[in-house]
Amino acid sequence: MSEEFLGFERPKGKVGIRNKIVVISSVVCVNRVAQQIANYIENAVAITHPLGCGQFGPDFSYTQRTLVGLGSNPNIFGAIIIGLGCENLSSKLIAKNIKRAKKPVDFFNLQDVQGGSKAAIEKGVKIGKQMAEEAKESKREPFDFSNLVLGLECGGSDSISGISANPAVGIVSDKIIELGGTSILPEFTEWIGTEHLLIKRAVDEKVAEKISSTLNMFLENTMKLGIDFRGIQPTPGNIEGGLTTIEEKSLGTIAKAGKASINGILEYSEAPKGKGLWLMIEPGLDVESMTGLAAAGAQVIIMTTGRGSPCGNPVAPVIKICGNPKTCDWMASNIDVDASKIITENKEVNDIAKILWQKLKETCNGEKTYAEILGFEDIAIWRCSAAPFQIFHSQ
Amino acid sequence: MLIKKDNFVIMNPKDNCATALENITKDTEIKIDENIIKMSQEIPIGHKFALLNINKGELIIKYGEIIGIATQDIKAGDWIHTYNIKSHYLEEVKK
Repeated sequence: MSEEFLGFERPKGKVGIRNKIVVISSVVCVNRVAQQIANYIENAVAITHPLGCGQFGPDFSYTQRTLVGLGSNPNIFGAIIIGLGCENLSSKLIAKNIKRAKKPVDFFNLQDVQGGSKAAIEKGVKIGKQMAEEAKESKREPFDFSNLVLGLECGGSDSISGISANPAVGIVSDKIIELGGTSILPEFTEWIGTEHLLIKRAVDEKVAEKISSTLNMFLENTMKLGIDFRGIQPTPGNIEGGLTTIEEKSLGTIAKAGKASINGILEYSEAPKGKGLWLMIEPGLDVESMTGLAAAGAQVIIMTTGRGSPCGNPVAPVIKICGNPKTCDWMASNIDVDASKIITENKEVNDIAKILWQKLKETCNGEKTYAEILGFEDIAIWRCSAAPFQIFHSQ
Repeated sequence: MLIKKDNFVIMNPKDNCATALENITKDTEIKIDENIIKMSQEIPIGHKFALLNINKGELIIKYGEIIGIATQDIKAGDWIHTYNIKSHYLEEVKK
């Protein structure tokens, strides 16, 4: 039986599962302008952030790559970029890069519009309404899962996640890859303790070396700051919950990535260079992580959460799966898939994976996740260096 | 003694420990194939117990992978926690 979902065809062979318009602020100064424009446009979402100016080097590149990636995601029909006019990350630069995805893109700066923010909002709404009319022409059609990029996230984990929700997600990730699709595992700090196992799963020597050198570099650099990253895992809360060693905790984390071979390791917000399983360098803050996944092109994210999290994403629907019976009950309005049946109803991990697969298909077909219904659409962009201000960091 | 089959999970056939899915009281007996294991103490939900006797210095396996080294002799049915397991990764892989 062939597995399909109903998606929107996009240029350059891409497929979206949502048909949104994004209004992106290039700089924090125009966040409210972007938000107010989006408020007046059907199916539009604002992407705002506290960055876009006064950033240098890698921090600047990360912000640029992330905003470009979010606008380029196949879930997005078209993008409007709003700048102020004097910032170093210009609306023109973001728009130029999103245009490579061959989708409708427009941009302008507030300082170039006579009449200030009021006039700029009116201008943005006019552009957006026209785009929204064009977007209505897009219709859902059947596509196979080779077109899907799945993001694998966990947050608010407990000791139950690693034996319930995470392995169920691993089965679904492996299935996506078997069907020719793509999965991305972020949060590299949570691989520590299992790198010798991840290396064994690398497709070739080069990928193995990259995994090894990335983690070694991180551990060595943090040692220089007087932090032994390996010594702070598992946390006291993890230990109370039953976890004993760093490798036990990390094994639970990487269970989300199933058993597939690892095709490569991506920079933050970098799109995979092929199908299959990819790792992404990202430090493990849920919202930053999911922003990076969506910017890398993930159309959908599965997030396991034991203690409960409400987080969503403006571009990729986030499916919450939870293995903790108390949390499933306590936070029912935030949890899409109840994996606690492993505990309460004697279900197997395979049974939960089947339920999750069904939910994934329904979400791809257009059914809203709880985070979407609730409008939880925050982003956060990883500031990897804060260079050159590190000099002010007293050791 | 009630033997409830759904109060623990073994993640991989290679594992020498299981994880409790509810608080398992002391002296509870569980049956795996023909073996009966009696809990030597209470095992809280999410915590582990040994399925076999594990000698000091031997590896503890969960998910079919090494999660640590026994720091003392562990008997089948014993609670496995920070008092009798240490990281194999920190001791051997990343010395």
